[in-house]
Amino acid sequence: MVTFRPNSVGKAIKRREDPRLIRGLGTYTDDVKLPGMTYAAFVRSDFPAGAIRSIDTAAAADHAGVVAVYTYADMDGQVGPSPVGAEMPGMGKADHPLLADGRVLHVGQPVAVVVAETPYAARDATGLVEVDIEPREAVVDVEAAMAPDAPRVYEELDSNICIQVPVPNPEADKLFEQADQTLSMRLLNQRVAPFPMEGRAICAHWEEGPGKLTIWTSNQAPHFVKQQIAMCLRIPEIRIRAIAPEVGGGFGAKIPTYPEDPLLCWVSRKLRRPVKWSETRTENLLGMTHGRGHVEKIEVAFQNDGRVLALKGQTISELGAWRSFYGPFIALSTHTMSCGCYDIKAVAWETFAVYTNTMATEAYRGAGRPEAAYIIERVMDEVAAATGLDPVGVRRRNFVDKDAFPHTTASGAVYDSGDYEKTLDRMIELVGYDDAREAQRQARDDGRLVGIGVAAFTEVCGIGPSGGTAPHQRMGTWESATVRVEPSGNVTVYTGVSPHGQGQETAFAQMAADAFGVGIDDVVVVHGDTDQVQHGVGTFGSRGIAVGGAALHMALTKVHAKATRIAAHHLDAPVDQIDYEDGEFTVSGTDRKLTFRQVAEMAHLWNVAVPGEEPGLEAVARFEPPGTTFPFGAHLCQVEVDPESGQIEIQRYVAVDDFGVVINPMLADGQRIGGVVQGIGQAMWEEVQYDDGGQLLSGTLMDYAVPRAKHFPRMVLDNTVTPTDVNPLGAKGIGELGTIGSTPCVVNAIVDALRPLGITNIDMPAKPERVWQAIQAAASAQ
Amino acid sequence: MPRSVPVTVTVNGSTHEREVEPRTLLVHFLREELDLTGVHIGCESTLCGACTVHLNGRAVKSCTVLAVQADGQEVTTIEGLAPDADNLHPLQVGFWEKHGLQCGYCTPGMIMAAKQLLDDNPSPTDEEIREAIDGNICRCTGYQQIVDAVQHAAEAAGAA
Repeated sequence: MVTFRPNSVGKAIKRREDPRLIRGLGTYTDDVKLPGMTYAAFVRSDFPAGAIRSIDTAAAADHAGVVAVYTYADMDGQVGPSPVGAEMPGMGKADHPLLADGRVLHVGQPVAVVVAETPYAARDATGLVEVDIEPREAVVDVEAAMAPDAPRVYEELDSNICIQVPVPNPEADKLFEQADQTLSMRLLNQRVAPFPMEGRAICAHWEEGPGKLTIWTSNQAPHFVKQQIAMCLRIPEIRIRAIAPEVGGGFGAKIPTYPEDPLLCWVSRKLRRPVKWSETRTENLLGMTHGRGHVEKIEVAFQNDGRVLALKGQTISELGAWRSFYGPFIALSTHTMSCGCYDIKAVAWETFAVYTNTMATEAYRGAGRPEAAYIIERVMDEVAAATGLDPVGVRRRNFVDKDAFPHTTASGAVYDSGDYEKTLDRMIELVGYDDAREAQRQARDDGRLVGIGVAAFTEVCGIGPSGGTAPHQRMGTWESATVRVEPSGNVTVYTGVSPHGQGQETAFAQMAADAFGVGIDDVVVVHGDTDQVQHGVGTFGSRGIAVGGAALHMALTKVHAKATRIAAHHLDAPVDQIDYEDGEFTVSGTDRKLTFRQVAEMAHLWNVAVPGEEPGLEAVARFEPPGTTFPFGAHLCQVEVDPESGQIEIQRYVAVDDFGVVINPMLADGQRIGGVVQGIGQAMWEEVQYDDGGQLLSGTLMDYAVPRAKHFPRMVLDNTVTPTDVNPLGAKGIGELGTIGSTPCVVNAIVDALRPLGITNIDMPAKPERVWQAIQAAASAQ
Repeated sequence: MPRSVPVTVTVNGSTHEREVEPRTLLVHFLREELDLTGVHIGCESTLCGACTVHLNGRAVKSCTVLAVQADGQEVTTIEGLAPDADNLHPLQVGFWEKHGLQCGYCTPGMIMAAKQLLDDNPSPTDEEIREAIDGNICRCTGYQQIVDAVQHAAEAAGAA
């Protein structure tokens, strides 16, 4: 394997993306303007469940500026059902049409689409569409939905339970009998809204002449959009171009292809005009997939010395009204990751994924792993409390030993590498843990509610391998890269990942620059366009560097090898006598040399043919990861709770993480801090709420609390480096780690602050009202 | 069709005359009529700050200003902050240097809000920066590098 000299890899290089973005010159989907553009607006269901008696579109169609109004009846038979994701054995068939087909299943479901000459006219006319719905009883609470006599989301199915996967374990039963102690907890991982700053946006353009469909869509996986639209509209995929231009955040909710994507493509083909739609923030909160939504029950068997022997868990996951791309997998991955970074002997689990009359849930920054980390990290604190040991000590006692990797957990995950003590030690050192605990004791003596929370966690990144997803989702999870060298020696990289803030235009340029000894400005990275990047999968599951970067490394290596062979021919020397360093090929022990740029020109001019080679200097590579990576971290948070108001102040946050080899530490820090803040958002404020009848209560920014700048102190970051051998870069992935670690860390800190009052759990979000009520209840119980 | 009213707005130093529906929001006027698509829409309710521009030198959220309210006024958008790529505003430099953006969607509004702060208070503390951008949501960065970016700009302006 070639090791490229790291002139820029590993350094905090400023982003190539930024010059356009800081000047307002990026092109997001809503910025696309085409001649003859029309504008769409949706009529959405006001009812969570019901039968559509009639839809009257006449008044809307007559409204000034309206071009067309469509309902399901207009497209019946012409399009397939909505693209949905996971299909696994045992799931009932539950198609999801692009527009409601006689029934509605959740508030916000698209019922009709109005197309007009201006956005204002389209929106005005939606109010003129009369939809008569016979409401029926909705099922909203996920546990209530599991009852045999619960109203069913899909009347044609026997039950709202989409999947039920029991994994019993007699060994766990035995350990529960032998253990010194046991405890049980019920933990809620509430529904949250991904809330990218740019909502969903689509511009669809059918060109009748060439018979070509182009869709700009704010999405994380444009190649999958292309495939889904092909299946849904029965247009050959070779006639579809999907473009994810600048994408204003995704966080998992832009992995799926939504019903609106193929629907607007169908509209454009029908009208032979381009059509554009950008959702409002309320539409975003109603109709973009939500994250989390788990109810978990956990029993723990442990010894008096703090050693955890076994877990028995139950996950109940809300799917919402339809199966999203990853929904059922998210539910299952909580069990897979249930051991965290601990050597636990046996795990028994049962997973349910359940339909309710609410918006679908989908991957959200972590997707199943945050739920698992939340459970095991809350468990470790309660084991510490039950045994009278320090939470840090309990974690140390249970860590998987650093010499035990690769390590297969009792729940079946194969961890690639790890050194949990090292990361924890560094965090303890950075914090001055003993001093912090002493200061806490003094604060408590003064009657203040100060808490210190710790989380030592691991998670799974670098999604792949394809075997995990391909059978159920018609999609492999390898990644592609093409490296094309111009005659000048400048380089274009085409990557199958589809970054939307992660910074791969920079990180990949660093890698290519190092490989060929060219400048970063001599490299352009192309992504997010299926006509330019022939194949690819996308950006999610912390796979950009770990899988996409690995594919790029393969392509760079191939191009480098060819350049070496061409250089050898021109230098009249055997290939094995060619040395390479910093853009120069030299015949070993001589001063005969060629620069990379000279070789690039020779590869294209070809006036001297190189036997056995084709002209040009380009390579395509696809990387199928042999396994996943498991980054890890040790976080600490200190909070103070105001007993009079329940208000929580975050006083300190320290994160030491290990995500293997780092390409650009500045970008990595950005991912980490952003992730931590997003995780704290869930811990403290964020909550998608439906009322008992299925109406969304958190449909605007007045009702949904997104973290703001003044909520946070300056965070302290450091990292350790434990490479992975799963990919040639040794990089593990960074995108979701902060979110996964911070949520339990903060809740542990809050519970630690309140524990002197006899409080042992606070459900998320730990909003002041909830904390205040817990304090009042504890006081009246004493 | 709805009746139109004339408006004349000076945007980034150029004067534009248009006929618009009275209800036209300033953000739509800027984006649709003048093609200034650096002004982004994030919530339509004054709460996220993505659409922040300056109206007569003060930061406003252009999703809750009518175009007719800007009649005869001066507007500055992100596109008007620097004449060209070689002469960036110190805040643009700060955001670039300090990794103050990821997806970039909140960035134009964030920069315009920060400009208001530095116009009023050239040497803010971290806390003052956090307070000043409290009306602007960023979902990617966690704000810390935005604070650093604004400090970088403040220091650069102070040194100039």
